[in-house]
Order: sequence, then C-alpha cells, then structure tokens
Amino acid sequence: MGTLRVLLEKEITQIRRNPILPRIFVAMPIALMLVIPWITTMDVNDVKVAIVDNDCSSVSQRITSHVKGSTYFSFRGNATDYQSAQSALESGEIDVIILIPNGFERNLSSQQPKPIDLTANAVNATKGSLGMQYVMQTTIKAIGEIQQEKGLNPTSSDVIAIKYFYNETLNYQHYMIPALMIIVLLLICCFIPALNIVSEKESGTIEQINVTPVSRLSFTLAKLIPFWIIGIIVLSIAMLLAWLVYGLTPTGSLGAIYLGAALFVVTMSGFGVAVANISDTMQQAIFVMFFFVMIFMLMSGLLTPLTSMPQWAQDVTYLFPPRYFVKIMRAVYLKGATIAEIKMEYICLACAAVVFNTLATLTYKKQS
Amino acid sequence: MNMIEVNGLTKRYGNVLALSAVSFSVAEGELFGLIGPDGAGKTTLFRLLATLLNADEGTATVNGFDVVKDYKSIRNCVGYMPGKFSLYPDLSVKENVDFFAALFGVTLEENYDLIAPIYKQIEPFKDRRAGKLSGGMKQKLALCCALIHKPKVLFLDEPTTGVDAVSRSEFWDMLSNLKQKGITMLVSTPYMDEASRCDRIALCNEGKILCIDAPANLTKNFDTPLYALAADDMFALLNAVRSIPNMGDVYPFGEFHHLFSHSELDCGKVSDELSKKGCNNLTIKKIEPTIEDVFIKLMNNE
Repeated sequence: MGTLRVLLEKEITQIRRNPILPRIFVAMPIALMLVIPWITTMDVNDVKVAIVDNDCSSVSQRITSHVKGSTYFSFRGNATDYQSAQSALESGEIDVIILIPNGFERNLSSQQPKPIDLTANAVNATKGSLGMQYVMQTTIKAIGEIQQEKGLNPTSSDVIAIKYFYNETLNYQHYMIPALMIIVLLLICCFIPALNIVSEKESGTIEQINVTPVSRLSFTLAKLIPFWIIGIIVLSIAMLLAWLVYGLTPTGSLGAIYLGAALFVVTMSGFGVAVANISDTMQQAIFVMFFFVMIFMLMSGLLTPLTSMPQWAQDVTYLFPPRYFVKIMRAVYLKGATIAEIKMEYICLACAAVVFNTLATLTYKKQS
Repeated sequence: MNMIEVNGLTKRYGNVLALSAVSFSVAEGELFGLIGPDGAGKTTLFRLLATLLNADEGTATVNGFDVVKDYKSIRNCVGYMPGKFSLYPDLSVKENVDFFAALFGVTLEENYDLIAPIYKQIEPFKDRRAGKLSGGMKQKLALCCALIHKPKVLFLDEPTTGVDAVSRSEFWDMLSNLKQKGITMLVSTPYMDEASRCDRIALCNEGKILCIDAPANLTKNFDTPLYALAADDMFALLNAVRSIPNMGDVYPFGEFHHLFSHSELDCGKVSDELSKKGCNNLTIKKIEPTIEDVFIKLMNNE
C-alpha cells in the first residue's frame, strides 16, 4: 500500500506539472456542455417557407399569418408562380413551398375542395420530413379556424392529441447532454491513462520501474486512480452545468448515475490499459484507441438510436460497454429509472468491467 | 561466491541471434567490463540479468538468485542504469531520487553516505527538472537513483556513451569509489580506452564473448609483433603493405596503420621495400598493443 501511495503522489505531481492536461480537464466539460448542445441539435426550426398564393383569399391570408407567426418557420415571402418557387427550393433558399390553388376558399365548403400542394426539400431528411409535418399542422390549423368561423365542420386537426413522453418539448439538447457526459468520461478515463502508460514506455522510464520491486498492479492502479477521480469530478461539473445552463437535472437518483459512471470508468480504463499494453508507441496506441472509440460513439446509441439500426448491428452492440452506460444515463436522467428497473444494464456493465480488466491483466503478463 | 554467474545464455529475436551461449562469472566486489561494438549483445545481456527479458536457453544467477525463478529477490538487490536516460524529466532532481528511494522503502538520508560523493555534485540543482539537466548531470542523477537502495550489484549499460571525455573520466573515478564500498559492478562500454579501468573485461562481438581476462594480461599475452606505419599518402601505404605477400594484416588506426605481423620484421628492409612502391616520408616502429589491437586480432581469428 505504501508503494501505491508513493506512485500516486508521483502521478499527481506529474499531472499537475503537465502544461496542458489540467486545463483540458476544466475546459473540456465547459466547452462540451456550453457549446455542443447548441450546435449538434436535430431540432427543426427556421424552416424556410415560401407561399405561392393563387387564391388571394382570407384563407390564404390566414395561412400566411400563421406561418409568419410560428417560431418554427421563417417566411420567405410570396412567390409569384410555382416555377420560381421551385427554383428557389432547388437552390436551397427555401425548404417548403405551400401552393394554394385558385378557388380554394370558394371550394372549401364543397365536398371536394382542391387540395393545397406542399413541396419540401428532403436532402436533409429530418428537416424535410419534420418541416413538412409542421407546415401541415399549421395549415390545417389555419383552415380549421376559418371553417369554424364560417360555421363549417372543421377538417380533422384537433382530433389527435400528441404528447411526447420523457422529453415533452422534444428538446434535442436534453437528449444530447447525457451523451456528452459519456463522451467526456470516455476521453478522460480511456484515452489519457493509456497514453500515459505508453509514454512511459516510449521514454523508457517503465524499464526503470520494472527493475524495482514495484508490482505491475500497483503501477497500473497508480496510473488509473487519478483519472477515475478526475473523471467523476468532471462528470459532476458537467451535471452542474447542465442544471445551471439548460435546467436539466436527473429525474432519477444521483446514486444511480454515479454507480453507472463508476462501473463505466473502470471498464473503459481497463480497455485503455489493454490497448496500452499491446502498443509500443503513442502513434499505435492513439490509432487503435481511435478506431474503437469511433465505433463506440457511432454504435452505442450515443448519437443515433440503437433501434434504428439493422438487427445484426443491434446484436453486435451488446459487445460494446458504452451501450449499457448510454442506456443507463438516458434512462436515469430523462425517465427517472431506478437501479432495480435497469439492473440488467448494471450487471452487463459490471461483467464488461471484469472482462476488460482481465484482458488488461493478461496482456500485461505477456510482456516479460 | 560469485555475484554474477552466467551459463550458456542464448537469446534470439526472431532469426537474429543476439546472444549465443554466453558464459562468465563476476566475483563479489569486482568491476567487470563488457567491451564491444554496437550490436555485440551487451544491452540484451543486461536486460536478461536485470530480469527484464527471459533467455531462450541457459541460466544465470545474480547474488545467488536465479534470474527467472527468483526475479523478485533480484529486483531488491540490483541497481540498473539503462543506456538511455530514463528518469522522469518532469520531476526535479530531488523528487526523482526521493521517488526511487521510496519505491525501495528507504530514504535519501538513510543511504546518503553511499551516494554522497555523487549527489553532492548535483545537489546545487536539486530543484531543477531532470529533463533540463546537462548530459553529464543526467548520468550522475541516474547513478544516484540506481544506487539509492544500496544494491549489491550494479548494472551500468554504456553509462559513458555520449558524455564528454572529462566527464567520462570522472564517471570512472566514481565507479572506482563505489568499488571500494564493495559493490559488484557490470559495466558495458564501446570505448576500448575505458577497459583499463576495469578489474577484468570480456571482449564481445556479435553475441559471443571472445575472451575474458584482466586488461593488463590481455595486452601482455598479445604474442603478435605489432608495428605502426605512417607515410604521406596513407591510402597508398595501406595498399602497398597489403600487396607484399606474408606481411600479415594491416588496418587503419588513427594517424597510423597497425600491422599485425606474422613474424618479427626488419624495419629497415620493410621501409626500403615500401619506398620502392612509392611511399614517401615513411615511418615504421614497433609498438605495444592496446585493448583495441587485442580486439581486432580476436575478431579476425573468429
């Protein structure tokens, strides 16, 4: 135990002396939490709408005023004809065209009104389809109002009531924030200790340690423990920022989050150490690590939902420990799940911790 | 008891034979030198003895402990100074010494006597980061760190490579002092002129030990007549000597060529013969052999 203390003191001195690392530990959660949620949003707003009004009626005016009034749209004026509107759509100046046919209001009371044409640019699929939905809802609402004023039966717009659970306002930021916390932990607990070990190999200092009676376990633990602690502190800073800036607090218990985080950092640092053991240079370690971290990020439900992947890919994701932690973070943060409700995720993560750390131990032994 | 006992150690890296059945022993308190060019297998031998590598064949003991079975005991009683500076550059001089002391469960104060003569030279810089020290200072610090736990055996892998001539000589003085304190030392060096500072040396080349003896004995037992030759055009001289049959082997050797003659020569006669071949301003004299001559001769006999 005495040796471990000596090693830890040395590691902490080295981290403190490092000209970059301590700053990154403070800057990373701040940058990720303050900047990224605003820019990696999949919220659809600012849908650019042009209206081709061939009717020039009170209905078409009502539709126009609704579009102008909505925060989702930015109204790009009336186009004189469909052709010019379409070329504007092609050049990306507008996203959705509303074409109101001549005589629309007149036919409104009749059994078969001429339909309104909606055209959307779907290059950005999310913006195209969601923008179209919003435009449709807005248009139907405007028509419904007119119909009601005229004493007609309103077209079905209010018969369906929509309610989004867990993230009522469909706020993409709330979906992203737990994911960003996971990225922070992944970088601090997986990358840095591993690179730290490889740098001792590159500089040859590990040789000098290896001829002392220091056990490999103490040496490795001394590399990991500071980053476990830093990881948890950085996670706490990120959670604090999420509350202060976005008003997002965990719906579930803090204990559930910290237990998951603890299991996750132990797992990922075990993975990092295994990579460090098989690498002789920083370059090798960085590339191997990057390869896996990319896969983890893209295939753990961090950025895109697992359920939209093909089945075989979903099956593969069971091998990736971040998958379980992503589930835990979102379930606890947004749905208020308790540990008992998602105990399978905790068990899987604990198993992953054992597997990856065994791997780390085995790869270490092969060296001598 | 021999402090280091090596029996038929063999180590291969893939197809490369780094050490080929090397055997020798080092007595307690001896300063033993491994002299040989790069690629002779010196570092591999150190790494095997310091328990950083395992041999393919053969056995070795250090302080009576087997390098494979008792590696933990060996790590408590040896100090190893690798060829490359491998202390923490971001820790200060004092922090490095304290750190390695603490790893062995000792303190600088406890063993201060042993390292004092060396540590005093770097003490004025004790708060400087190790990475910012000069080359000679780094060597001294590395030696301090390797000695801090009072090892019985000290392994020094090319400690003087890349160090200036004055510092090299100082370094060997330090080793002589340590010898007085009873520490057994195994030192490697590519510099043949340092061989005379050792009690015994092993000349090694390409993974083999060519011979082991006291440096004085090696030169004393050198039984080939050795001559130094010089002329205005050294290259022409070399070719001229080589063109005379049965002269022996001749090699460029600094400002002279060394001739390993088959028999005692009549210097006057040889001088005439070479002058006829166009060598002007010829000097030829019989000389005493150095370790390097011994090495070259042994290498050619291989």
